[in-house]
Amino acid sequence: MWRDAALVAGKDLRIEARSRVALAQVAPFGIVALALFAFALGPDRAVMAKGAPGLFWVAVLFCTVLAVQRSVSVESADGARDGLRLSGIDPAGLFLGKAAAVGAQLLVLEAILVAGVVVLYGARIEVPWMVVVSCALGTVGLAVTGTLYGALSAGVRVRETLLPLLLLPIAAPVLLAGTRIWQAAMVGGTPADGTQWLRLLVAFDAVYLAVGVILFGPIQETA
Amino acid sequence: MSDLAPATDRRDRPVAPAVPTTGVTPAPVQSPRARATERTIGVLALVGTAFTVWLGLWVTPPDRTQGDLVRLVYLHPGVAWVALYLAFGLAAVSSVLYLWPRTRSLFWDRLAAAAVEVGVVFNVCTLVSGSIWGKPTWGVWWAWDARLTLTAVLLVLFLGYLAIRRVPAEPEVRARRSAFVALFAVLDVPLVHFSVNWWNTLHQGATVLNPGLTLKIHGSMAWTLLLGFVALTLAFVWMLLVRYRIGVLEDWLDANELGAALVERRSEGAGASAGAAGSAPIDPVGVA
Repeated sequence: MWRDAALVAGKDLRIEARSRVALAQVAPFGIVALALFAFALGPDRAVMAKGAPGLFWVAVLFCTVLAVQRSVSVESADGARDGLRLSGIDPAGLFLGKAAAVGAQLLVLEAILVAGVVVLYGARIEVPWMVVVSCALGTVGLAVTGTLYGALSAGVRVRETLLPLLLLPIAAPVLLAGTRIWQAAMVGGTPADGTQWLRLLVAFDAVYLAVGVILFGPIQETA
Repeated sequence: MSDLAPATDRRDRPVAPAVPTTGVTPAPVQSPRARATERTIGVLALVGTAFTVWLGLWVTPPDRTQGDLVRLVYLHPGVAWVALYLAFGLAAVSSVLYLWPRTRSLFWDRLAAAAVEVGVVFNVCTLVSGSIWGKPTWGVWWAWDARLTLTAVLLVLFLGYLAIRRVPAEPEVRARRSAFVALFAVLDVPLVHFSVNWWNTLHQGATVLNPGLTLKIHGSMAWTLLLGFVALTLAFVWMLLVRYRIGVLEDWLDANELGAALVERRSEGAGASAGAAGSAPIDPVGVA
């Protein structure tokens, strides 16, 4: 399972390294989103610094949708999905590999977006480890649920519009938890508030990781 | 496998019988007993609702603090109970039963679909009646309170379910897809529940489904409330039965539409040529 996962993740990341879709399109989109939030909330940096945690996570959610769309579309050409299924790769490994590749891309995007909110919104982070841990756990949750819904909507022609409708509400707990952890980790926040939200993120990740590992085989058959 | 196929997904479309040679299968007909049950439940729901309206608007007294506004209590919790517990609970259970290989049957899929569709209607009614109540008591149409948020998130989750159901596919594929979407949504409910609870709580405690199941209101008000629950539950069951029956008919239509149309056109053609030639017997199936 792990070997298969590494193979699939390596394949997806190689495709990304050669096509640079996430880096050249999704990352700039994230920056654009940050700029739009700034236009919407006015030039007052105090307001933006206050809203930075939530705006960061909303931008991450939007980028997740795009990254997942890309992850699905690399399999849709040339019957690649059927090829993957015929290759004898363990479905759980395939799931973990696809999710890991999406997660790795999201982590890079998040690093860029963190720099973005610090520079553009003047967000001041007091407890960096909480920010890092929340990003890591949130990324796992988003990549995992994204991969699940990506596989479910893979064979559907209206995928582009269907995926956000399915994925974004499911990810509501990640947005809430991530935002709250960030608020706790900011200057003026109370770091102790963050721990229960970290637990919630762990629970979210565990639930959907387990679902994916167990059910990814049957889920693929829906495409 | 699909090398020769055009770029679009073939499996996306319901597969009609390739060449309908023997016309169509007859439409499924409701048994007289099922029809009688459905009608009885419908009539009971109507009578129950009428009684609830009468008791709620004329017989019961206004509340000491909330005045006439309290009359919404006969509607709002009942509607919420049907939407959030009955309908979505039923949808969850039947989706899991569909996914479980031993109990896999399109029955569970259609039941889940009917439950979600009716549940979404009741969910919207919950939000609307809650808003109407919230404006005079809380001063706002909407508050980002935990329960309200959870209800709204559930609505969106199950709108996603209905959206994926509308994507044309073979019945089995559609059933599987929808069951997975329902399962993911249901797994999300406790997580959303905890997160929005920690996030914000404003809503009053549960009136009926509180721990210990003790009613916090008394006398005629309690009885009216109870009757409202029963009437709304019956209305839910009736709508569920009707929607299930329509689901069966829809699936029949999907499978037989083309065949039925072909038979119709062929008999038209046969009728026209027969009329012109003045010859007698027409092959009803159109084999000739």
